[in-house]
Amino acid sequence: MNAGALLGGLGLLAALCLLSLAVGSRPMGISEAWQGLRAHDDTIASLIVWQLRLPRTALGVVTGAALAVAGVVMQALTRNPLAEPGILGVNAGASLAVVLSVWLGGITGVSGYLWFAFAGAALAAGLVQLMAGRNVQAGPTRLVLAGIALGASLNAITGTITMYDTRAFDSYRFWVVGALEGRDATLLVWVAPFLAVGLVLALTSGHTLNVLALGEEQATALGARLKRARVLALVSITLLCGAATAAVGPISFVGLVVPHVLRLFLGADQRRLLVVSLLAGPILLLTADIVGRILIRPDELEAGVVTAFIGGPVLLSMVLRRGESTR
Amino acid sequence: MIDTPRCERAHEPSENGAAPPDDSGFWRSGSLKAVGPPAGRLLLRPGAGTLLVRRRALAVAMTLAAVAVGVGVYTLLTGAYELSTTEALRVVVGGGSDLDRFIVLGQRLPRVIAAVLIGGMLAVSGAVFQSLSRNPLGSPDIVGFTTGATTGGLLVILVSTASSTLTIALGTTVGGLATAVVVVAVAMRRGGAGENLVLAGVALSQTLSALNDYLLSRATIQEAEVARAWQYGSLNAITWVQVRPLILAAALLIPLSIGLGRPAAVLELGDDAATSLGLGVGRLRAAMLGYGVVLAAVCVSVAGPIGFLALAAPQLAQRLARTAGLTLSVSAAMGSALLVVADLLAQRLLAPFQIPVGLLCAACGGLYLMWLLGLRRPVS
Repeated sequence: MNAGALLGGLGLLAALCLLSLAVGSRPMGISEAWQGLRAHDDTIASLIVWQLRLPRTALGVVTGAALAVAGVVMQALTRNPLAEPGILGVNAGASLAVVLSVWLGGITGVSGYLWFAFAGAALAAGLVQLMAGRNVQAGPTRLVLAGIALGASLNAITGTITMYDTRAFDSYRFWVVGALEGRDATLLVWVAPFLAVGLVLALTSGHTLNVLALGEEQATALGARLKRARVLALVSITLLCGAATAAVGPISFVGLVVPHVLRLFLGADQRRLLVVSLLAGPILLLTADIVGRILIRPDELEAGVVTAFIGGPVLLSMVLRRGESTR
Repeated sequence: MIDTPRCERAHEPSENGAAPPDDSGFWRSGSLKAVGPPAGRLLLRPGAGTLLVRRRALAVAMTLAAVAVGVGVYTLLTGAYELSTTEALRVVVGGGSDLDRFIVLGQRLPRVIAAVLIGGMLAVSGAVFQSLSRNPLGSPDIVGFTTGATTGGLLVILVSTASSTLTIALGTTVGGLATAVVVVAVAMRRGGAGENLVLAGVALSQTLSALNDYLLSRATIQEAEVARAWQYGSLNAITWVQVRPLILAAALLIPLSIGLGRPAAVLELGDDAATSLGLGVGRLRAAMLGYGVVLAAVCVSVAGPIGFLALAAPQLAQRLARTAGLTLSVSAAMGSALLVVADLLAQRLLAPFQIPVGLLCAACGGLYLMWLLGLRRPVS
């Protein structure tokens, strides 16, 4: 792999992290932010950086990486360039489970509903995989529609539950837009182990995913253990999406845009895609978060809204591209 | 693509009240000979076969209408405030106590009428969209129209201080129309109406629904509650104030479908065939799109977006009536029956809590779509 490009990506990510520390409702210069970060003392700059912005930036890095890697795995697993945890209803599954846990169990705080988020994500991912498995030849549209249908049903149940209870709705409507802002710093501690396991599972499955991409018959002929590979991939998707969604709310399109753009430059080797999406996911999500902070100052646009506005047109352009290729 | 029964809709008197084919200007036009077999087949299939299809469709439509009326009457006369049979009859013939009359005629009747009209209009809108896109999935929901209309409505509710049904209607129509135009323009530019239309709609509606979530998060909790009750699609708070304009709109719009049915069926034969039959394809398509959009926008403005009804009703109608093409009147009856039943369930299932009927429809519709996609063999 091109080491220079990788280093460039790392540099870009580092620069974005720094920028993410500097930009905000109380703007400061990059150098001031850097000073605050290094000093870690009682100055205002330092307090803001350490207490407000560093957790936010860190959350952006880990969830961005998680969503992008989950997108790569999902697209390889379903052999569908349009597959994405947001579009295929996995985030909706996690959302429903979280709302259910709040409603039935009165659970608040990520430590409590994380497990529910996993369960919801797993269930939705499994269902979509089931539908995809039946219709591998049917083309990408059908899978997307299956995801939309699943998402619609799950969201309707979520909506009904939040109708019951104004307080639940009030917190839900802020959580559901998908934002890095105002999330509890201890979130990071809770979700980090799950994200780590999910990432390791995903990153070590690159070769299997490459084989899977050849199609079931070829893969079997090459000695791949399909069932095991599928289960492992589903587990990693579940861990990554469940933890990320529990932490920052459902953010869609990161998992769609990142692999799609990377494939243009890197080709279809899943191992490369996985490694580079580890950088590209955070780059996209941090950029969205920073843009959201700048765009309508002093108010903020949530990162999930910005990624949706980036992702929608990308999906549209993919539609156009498909139109060209089928002609 | 060119199924004979589908074409038979073109000369189906009971359906659109038009004269038999041979008397119509369309069929007298000389262009018919130039087309050859596809159109010729139409003329070679008169008589029993045609009649059979029509009879079944008619029977299905009547049955569905009866279901709608029956369930509607049941909804009127039962509920938290019960009426005995004699009391109910007294209200029906114009008597009864003031309270009885208020509950039945003032509270429940507008809701039932709204369910009948909105169900029927959404179904017709869905049928028009599906016919236009030549895709069973090309409903207002899937092509992003409903989400766009929601965005327009939310903007009006949340941004303007005094939002009335009329301004909300304006917002939903503009929002829905803009979305539909963008989606159709993108899809048509690539020639493929089917898959591309669906994917472009998905792309745009995902973006817009993020915008909707954002708008809700920016409102005060009171505003957000009002907007959300509307956003989920509900008949809970409906009164005569909303139903009167709805009746007017239905009276104006539904008769238009009669004129649209026949050219729409010809359009389904394909652009080339339709053009050679002397149809202005571009203009017709624009007219159908506009018609479908306005129909759905009226419904969305009154009740909020009620998901999947427009997708499912024409499909179910088609299956029950066993026509190959879409049949507007059967679709309308199906839509009415479905929404009346769904609204009854929404009212009673978790009573006293009233589920927004839009959510109930979305939950069931999603399952139905999954079944359509997963269990059944290829759609088309």
